[in-house]
Amino acid sequence: MSEPLADVTGIKAPVYLKYRFTAGSAPARFLCRLKEGVLTGQRCPRCSNVYIPPRGSCPACGVPTEDEVVLSDKGTIQSFTIVSIPIPGNPIQPPYVVANIVPDGANISFIHLLSECVNEEVHIGQRVQALWKPAEEWGHAMDNIRYFRPLDEPDVPVERIGKLPVTGLEG
Amino acid sequence: MVAAELLSQHFELGFTYTRSTGPVVGKFLTGLREGRVYGVRGSDGRVLVPPAEYDPLTGAALGEFVEVGQQGRLLSWCWVSEPREAHHLQQPFAWAMVQLDGADVAMIHYLEAPSAEAIRSGARVGISWAAEREGFITDIRCFTLLEGAAP
Repeated sequence: MSEPLADVTGIKAPVYLKYRFTAGSAPARFLCRLKEGVLTGQRCPRCSNVYIPPRGSCPACGVPTEDEVVLSDKGTIQSFTIVSIPIPGNPIQPPYVVANIVPDGANISFIHLLSECVNEEVHIGQRVQALWKPAEEWGHAMDNIRYFRPLDEPDVPVERIGKLPVTGLEG
Repeated sequence: MVAAELLSQHFELGFTYTRSTGPVVGKFLTGLREGRVYGVRGSDGRVLVPPAEYDPLTGAALGEFVEVGQQGRLLSWCWVSEPREAHHLQQPFAWAMVQLDGADVAMIHYLEAPSAEAIRSGARVGISWAAEREGFITDIRCFTLLEGAAP
């Protein structure tokens, strides 16, 4: 017999939610193009806003979006956070930067990882570009992009973030 | 625009919570690990199993632990003919309200039985302990009907 056990003071009480996620037609189309290394959005026929990832309708106008738009893999940091606390199950070691990035040609941001940067120098309006995995590793997932990294381009003024054409700041 | 293929996949979202038991539930779970069942005595003298942290009548903190028996009486039950994945018994079973000998209230747990027809309210039942106990409610694997005992 081993040593007497200490009194019970805690229990494990995990909760697991099991989903079967089916992408709708617009997200599925987006993911299929993403597998080819292309970022796409959809343009609203009424307000002309371009959404990524597309959901098939404009949340502002409530109308279907069908016009597919190819976007740049260059973008602008709209906001960001420096993560300092490890998240269980996340293999990325803190500190690291997570940013809301608006790709050129779109009017809405998505969240992705930022790397090859000095965390303390990351700022709103900073220009960034995707670093893709090797093409043979591409799947139906945003981690086809390993992370975004800073571009040597002038900052985008706050009032123009989310309004750049697909050709970028100079376009 | 080209129609997309149908994309669908499973994924699991997990919240890996741990919970502190506090001294009262901790005593109960420690007892289960030792193969004993502890209740607590309330202000009116009733023995509550599982033990309550606070008196249901006065709200005062409780701490007078009482060991109760490992057999008891089946007060009520509900047959589950199709167990779900999360249930610990994978053959049909009953949810049972069992008042252990020495306790004044019933506790809920699994009751293993060959069929619903074999169960009667008022039947004598006993604890079937898990082979390995870790200080959790499932240290009681389930209750079983006691042979030959008249309801």
